[in-house]
Amino acid sequence: MFQDKKAGIIKTASWGSYFLITLAAPEIARESQPGQFLMIRVSAGFDPLLRRPLSIHNRSGQEVEIFFQIAGEGTRLLAQKKAGDFLDIVGPCGQGFSLKSEFKGQEIFCVGGGRGLAPLYFLARELQAAGARPVIFYGGQTLTDLPLKTRLEEAGWETHFSTDDGSFGFPGLVTRLVEKELEKRKPDYLFSCGPEAMMASLAKICQTIALPAEFSLESIMGCGLGACWGCARKIKKNGEIKYLRICQDGPVFPAEEIIWPGD
Amino acid sequence: MVDLSVDLGFLKLKNPVIAASGTFGYGLEFQPLYDLNLLGGLVVKGLYFKPREGNPPPRLAETPGGLINSIGLQGIGVEAFCREVLPRLAGLKTAIIANVCGEEEEEYARVAEYLSRQAGLAALELNISCPNVRAGGKCPAQDPEATYRTVKRVQQVSSLPLITKLSPNVTDITAVALAAREAGSQAVSLVNTFLALAIDLQTRKPKLGNVLGGLSGPAIKPLALRMVFEVARKIEIPVIGLGGIFRAQDALEFMVAGASAVQVGTANFVNPLACPEIIKGMEDWAESQGLSRLSEIVGSLKV
Repeated sequence: MFQDKKAGIIKTASWGSYFLITLAAPEIARESQPGQFLMIRVSAGFDPLLRRPLSIHNRSGQEVEIFFQIAGEGTRLLAQKKAGDFLDIVGPCGQGFSLKSEFKGQEIFCVGGGRGLAPLYFLARELQAAGARPVIFYGGQTLTDLPLKTRLEEAGWETHFSTDDGSFGFPGLVTRLVEKELEKRKPDYLFSCGPEAMMASLAKICQTIALPAEFSLESIMGCGLGACWGCARKIKKNGEIKYLRICQDGPVFPAEEIIWPGD
Repeated sequence: MVDLSVDLGFLKLKNPVIAASGTFGYGLEFQPLYDLNLLGGLVVKGLYFKPREGNPPPRLAETPGGLINSIGLQGIGVEAFCREVLPRLAGLKTAIIANVCGEEEEEYARVAEYLSRQAGLAALELNISCPNVRAGGKCPAQDPEATYRTVKRVQQVSSLPLITKLSPNVTDITAVALAAREAGSQAVSLVNTFLALAIDLQTRKPKLGNVLGGLSGPAIKPLALRMVFEVARKIEIPVIGLGGIFRAQDALEFMVAGASAVQVGTANFVNPLACPEIIKGMEDWAESQGLSRLSEIVGSLKV
């Protein structure tokens, strides 16, 4: 874990409310694992006060990328940053997706909803490097919610798209698309990140067919280091339900440990 | 070379900067980022006798220049702390201070007694001022008599020096400070968080799961500074100042107002290197002022 107070922005890209920032951060890049995140200072002053936790979208040599959507004041300020600016970042934080040795030769579903695709690109790259076969499911409300479409197509993985309004790919929810695919074949594992309702419904599907899965959860965070306990959420661990820290005990948890709203 | 050390009478610190309870975990969380030996001291997260579940989420809400929290003192309890954490802190060359909590006086006493038997602790900070554990934010530090009783009870069973952490949610904080001293507290630390509310207008619900929380951060600094000034003028035991200290300048202002040492809390989230940077900034300032001892400025406010 490092604090890099002057991580230089190499380039930025944007598609409507979605943004991609490439940062030079050698130490953080070296240690990053898929599913881990950065705590990013968005304002030099005190408003907003807290850092914003954002998934590591990609790692390439000495660079890391973040992919995000404007969701409030913090991400709005972050979106204004330009190449040549510097960011104060802390990371890599948290426990990422498990990369198991038995994944070699196995088929792994990676399901992202909207900005939830952020950590899955890095994950799919690492899965591929480990000899696994990632299959991507990328859903959004409409075509403009799939800004990483080209990037995924270029990566050459089997990729399935869905839009709620039917403007591109499968018409309907990404969970329905995954369900349809599961009628044809059963993968060995599933990873997902996206809206809570999407992940909750995927978790139920996985449970029904005994497909092991992991989900990346989101929360407002104070420190991102496990010190403040501000991001706690009830998690089932070893048969016991207690508040664990999304920042340090997660953000990725095995499906069977997560208690979804309404459970 | 400026002498940054602080003599609280019962405890010598290598510099005046202490990481504040509740913002620094059990200390070890920040170890990957810097050498904890740089700190004047650190206060670990509040300890009840038993593990404590804490409050329902959401536990945090941001405000302009501030943070409202309602963690509710989730924690591992004093036995697990002494078994699993304290041995790993004991080798550090910085003052380790345990923060003592209790549902009632007897629990404070039990925790303090247990901690007094351990090696490696420099002092106890009595957390009689957390606004997040009882309905409506009530705590012993809101009443001089309850403060006196709690501190006295702990003082009878503890062999470690006591620092009493005061609440700003009172009409006259000096009366509570005097009660703490009267009961045997060797120092006071102030202020804990301000009882606060954040509302989501869309849903007309409180932003925090526990409805009310405690406000910290730069927003409270002028209020905290005023209270430190008031208390330091009235009592002769050392005052440890805290509340919105983010930069060396803030820490220095607290010392000028009368604080012998300071605690840095919420700043640790915003800038994990806040404590070492503040220490360096204070040293640079003292050098620029031609001071040989930083503690010369304590209570030097010209009024």
